[in-house]
Amino acid sequence: MNDIGLALRQALSMLVTLDPSLVGVVLLSLQVSLGAVLIAAIAGAPLGAVLAICHFPGRRPLVVIFNALMGLPPVMVGLFVYVLLSRAGPLGPLGLLFTPRAMVIAQALLVWPIVVALSRQAVEDLWIEYAEALRSLGARWWHAVPTLLWDARHALITVLLAGFGRAIAEVGAVMIVGGNIDGVTRVMTTSIALETSKGNLAFAMALGFVLLALVVLLNALAFTIRQRTMPHGT
Amino acid sequence: MSAPMQGPVMRHLAVAVVTVVAVVAAAVAPFAPAAQAQSRSIVLASTTSTEQSGLFAHLLPRFRASTGIDVRVVAVGTGQALDLGRRGDADVVLVHDRPAEDRFLAEGHATRRLDVMYNDFILVGPSADPARTSSAGTVMEAFRRIRQAEHAFVSRGDRSGTHAAELRLWELAGIDIQQARGAWYRDTGTGMGPALNIAAAMDAYLLADRGTWIAFRNRQGLRIVLEGDARLKNRYGIMRVNPARHPHVKALEAQQFIDWLCSDAGQRVIADYRIEGEQLFFPEAAR
Repeated sequence: MNDIGLALRQALSMLVTLDPSLVGVVLLSLQVSLGAVLIAAIAGAPLGAVLAICHFPGRRPLVVIFNALMGLPPVMVGLFVYVLLSRAGPLGPLGLLFTPRAMVIAQALLVWPIVVALSRQAVEDLWIEYAEALRSLGARWWHAVPTLLWDARHALITVLLAGFGRAIAEVGAVMIVGGNIDGVTRVMTTSIALETSKGNLAFAMALGFVLLALVVLLNALAFTIRQRTMPHGT
Repeated sequence: MSAPMQGPVMRHLAVAVVTVVAVVAAAVAPFAPAAQAQSRSIVLASTTSTEQSGLFAHLLPRFRASTGIDVRVVAVGTGQALDLGRRGDADVVLVHDRPAEDRFLAEGHATRRLDVMYNDFILVGPSADPARTSSAGTVMEAFRRIRQAEHAFVSRGDRSGTHAAELRLWELAGIDIQQARGAWYRDTGTGMGPALNIAAAMDAYLLADRGTWIAFRNRQGLRIVLEGDARLKNRYGIMRVNPARHPHVKALEAQQFIDWLCSDAGQRVIADYRIEGEQLFFPEAAR
C-alpha cells in the first residue's frame, strides 16, 4: 500500500507549499458549495418549518417527496440543469452553462431537499414542545416559523453541514454543468476524477486527502460555533 | 426552552454570526461580475484524448499569449463533443471520428472541416500477449485472434472517436461484434483513461490512442502489443460551430483559434509537444 503512503506525503507537501493551482481549485470548491448551501438554506429552512407546523391538503405527500429527494442522484440533477441551461434549452440565452454559477445552481438543487426535509424534522421536534405555548400566545404560523427556526438553530447547523457535505463531495452534477474547465470550473472532485483518468492514482488520492482535511476543518469550525453558542445545562 | 441571553453567550453568538457572514460573503463575492468579465473566451468541445494527454495545457497558454483569447476546454468523447456543438453549447469542436464529423457538417452545424493533426491508435494488452496479437501482422488479424481466444477486451462503449474506430476495425475483421460479444467483451462506457485503468486491472486488451497511452501513469502489466498498421491512423479535425445556426457563437474568436492552430506557429507548437522525448501529435493542416 505504498500508493497510499505516497498520496499522504503528496497531500502534505501540497498543503505545506500551498500549491497555487491547488489553492484555486480548493477556493472554487468552497465558493460553489457554500454558495449552494446558502441558497438552499434560504429557500429550504422556512419551507421545512412551514411543512412542520402547518396543516394543509397535500402536506403529507410533500413531506414524503422531500424525504425521497434527499437521495437524488447528482448526475440526474446535473443533466436536468444542463438541459435547462444549454443554449438549446429554456434558460440558454443567459449563457450560464460551463460557469461556476451553473454549478451553484445544480448543487443548490441537490442540497435544497436535504435542508427542507431535515429542518422540517428539527422544527417538528420543537413544535411538539412549543405548540401549546405559542398557540396560547395567539401566535400565527408566520410568527411561529422564525421563532422555531431560531430555537432550532443548533440542529440547523447540523442540517447545513449535511447539505454542505453532500455538495462538496458530489462530482456528477458539477462535471456536467461545469465541464471541468481548467481554471474556470475545475473543483476538487472533478480534479480527482481527471487525475484518476490519467492514471495519476497517488496524486488523485492526495487531492482526496486534501478534500477530506477541508471537510473535517469545516465541521470542527461548526462544532466550535455550536459549543460556544449553546447555553450550558439545557 | 432557550435560556435567557447572557452577556458572554451574546458575544459568542455575535462572533459566530460574523464568522458565518464573512465566510459566505467570501464565498459568493467573487462570482458577481468576475466570471463574465473575461469576455474574450471561447468554449472548445474536444476529446478526452487531447485533454488527458496534456496537449491543451501545452497549447492554449501559447495561443492566449499571442491573441489574448481564453480557450475553455470541455473534454468529453467525440460523440458528446459533437452533441455539445449541435446544441450550441460550444464555439469550436476538435474531434477524431471522420464519419461523425461528416454527419455534423451535413446537418449544417458547421460549414467547413479542417485537418489539424494526427497520431495513431495502438493495440494495448497484457505483456504475455496470450492471444498472440504481436505476431498477427495486421490489426484485423489481431482482433480475430482476441475473438478466437475470447481473451478479455475492454471497449470504451461511449460513442467516442476511439470507440467508433474500434467498431470499424471489428467490422473490417469480419466480426459482427454485436453477435460475437460475450463475457470477454467488456463494454465499459468510460473515457480513455478509465478504460486503461480497467484494462490494467484485469489484464485485458484494448484499443487506445497513443497520446493518452504515453501520458498514462498506471500501466501495470500493459504494453503496446501491436502498432504501425495503416488502419490505425487517428486524424483530428476542427470545425467552427455554424454561427448561422447558433447566433451566439463567438465566430470571430473561434475563427481566430482555428486559423492559429492551422498556421505555421500553431502547427509548430503541436509538433513540439513531447512527453519524455516522444512526440504525441503530428501536424497535418493543409497550407
